[in-house]
Amino acid sequence: MNVKSTLPPFLTMFFAWSQPDPLQDKAAQDDSRHMRMTTQRLSPPPALRYGWLAGPVFLLAYWAAASASGLIDTRILPAPWVVVSTGVDLVHDGRLLGNLLISLVRAVEGFVIGGLAGIALALLSGLSRAGDYFVDGIAQVKRAVPAVALIPFFILWFGVDEGMKIMVIAVGAFTPVYLHTHTALRAIDIRYVELAETLRIGYWKFVWHIVLPGALPGMMLGLRFGVMAALLGLVVVEEVNATSGIGYMIDLARTYAQSDVMLVGLVTYVVIGVIADQTLLRVERRVLSWRRTLAA
Amino acid sequence: MSVVRVRNLERHFTRKGVLNGVDLDIAKGEFVALLGRSGSGKSTFLRALAGLDHEARGSGVIEVPEDLAVVFQDARLLPWKNIMDNVVFGLDGSDATARAQHALEEVELSGRSTSWPHELSGGEQQRVALARALVRKPRLLLADEPFGALDALTKIRMHTLLRRLSVIHRPAVLLVTHDVEEAIALADRVIVLDHGKVMHEERIVLPDDEDARAISSLELRKKLLCYLGVKPQ
Repeated sequence: MNVKSTLPPFLTMFFAWSQPDPLQDKAAQDDSRHMRMTTQRLSPPPALRYGWLAGPVFLLAYWAAASASGLIDTRILPAPWVVVSTGVDLVHDGRLLGNLLISLVRAVEGFVIGGLAGIALALLSGLSRAGDYFVDGIAQVKRAVPAVALIPFFILWFGVDEGMKIMVIAVGAFTPVYLHTHTALRAIDIRYVELAETLRIGYWKFVWHIVLPGALPGMMLGLRFGVMAALLGLVVVEEVNATSGIGYMIDLARTYAQSDVMLVGLVTYVVIGVIADQTLLRVERRVLSWRRTLAA
Repeated sequence: MSVVRVRNLERHFTRKGVLNGVDLDIAKGEFVALLGRSGSGKSTFLRALAGLDHEARGSGVIEVPEDLAVVFQDARLLPWKNIMDNVVFGLDGSDATARAQHALEEVELSGRSTSWPHELSGGEQQRVALARALVRKPRLLLADEPFGALDALTKIRMHTLLRRLSVIHRPAVLLVTHDVEEAIALADRVIVLDHGKVMHEERIVLPDDEDARAISSLELRKKLLCYLGVKPQ
């Protein structure tokens, strides 16, 4: 007996839960008795290789069609091809690459400082009780304060130059890296601790062979969140107060109502974000190759 | 000359006594099975011998050799190390790899040394855990229900393997189990623990003749089950 999907057909299309079952269909057609029982499949079918592109491509097509037909006012949102041509122009006159480079340097510097500080302090508080008492309390308070809220103070302390910008980005990246690494260090499976005790390995060997590899998945997750937080910080500091960088380019374009330049800037941010996240994802897959996950 | 000497061992958590004065000696190369219902204190006893009960309160004398090895109910392989690195982990000396390779051969897994733990079946993982314990040439092997999570067929194979390896390596063995047949099949001596006390002790001497062996195994089983509070029909 084939248990039919309880969803109406037009809905199953959207969920793509209902999969054709050739054996069952054939049995139904020639009225032969087929002993195979199938239930309604509740898990989604395997993903297509480039299936995730469907949404973005659809959106792009809609945008292009609406622009061409005049449905979207080009002063509010320029057409996709205008973005491409403006982008090419900006590359040619050097504005895009120059600003991109400045933004990238800021983001990377901030992320590296924040990430290293996050990992270092998480190790301090995750591995020792004293560190836990001192560092973790402060970090938990810091967690409640958005990095952006510290900008006025950072201006007071570091001035309005690069130092302040990098510190805001670093503080933004610090929090998720610290929190996830700390949590992962504290969540090391007690069974592995017992194993290490019975094998009579020393403390540092235990840290190196059991604690750190065990905490690595959490740390990688924290780094990926950290990249996103760093980019958020980058956008904020560049649009609040800057004389260079992608955010500055966007803000300047806004004053002249150059929506195409603004959009090129936005696309650049997106590209930076996607490249950064994908890079970390690749690093993660390499480093954590021993893991068996649903995604693999 | 006994390898293990335990005198009047007491352990309690909060107010409830878990071990109430246990005495035990295990001779060199002797295979002892510790039987008990759940909650009888048998795992607490093994953890005390393994030195894993840091928080425990209690008193008594425990003398165990420094070179002991533990096999847990789960194989407890480190998922981020391959099979070889799991066995060799914590071993010193230039011949460590060769010894680990030999240990893997003994459990018939020499071909899997570069596999990840999750690629092995439950029984295979437990064989790796056994190799990791025996490669250390322990004078005392502590096993906490090591076959409890395995299916019946794999269990029988593991019994044969453990019996064979313990004859080769001659460690003193303390096997904690709730499986009466397992205790009879493997041990030289069975100890029944109940309410934190040794309730019964039985030396397992089975005749060589196969039929007679089966009959006396059954009788022993009945007797031990009685001590465990189970009345066979």
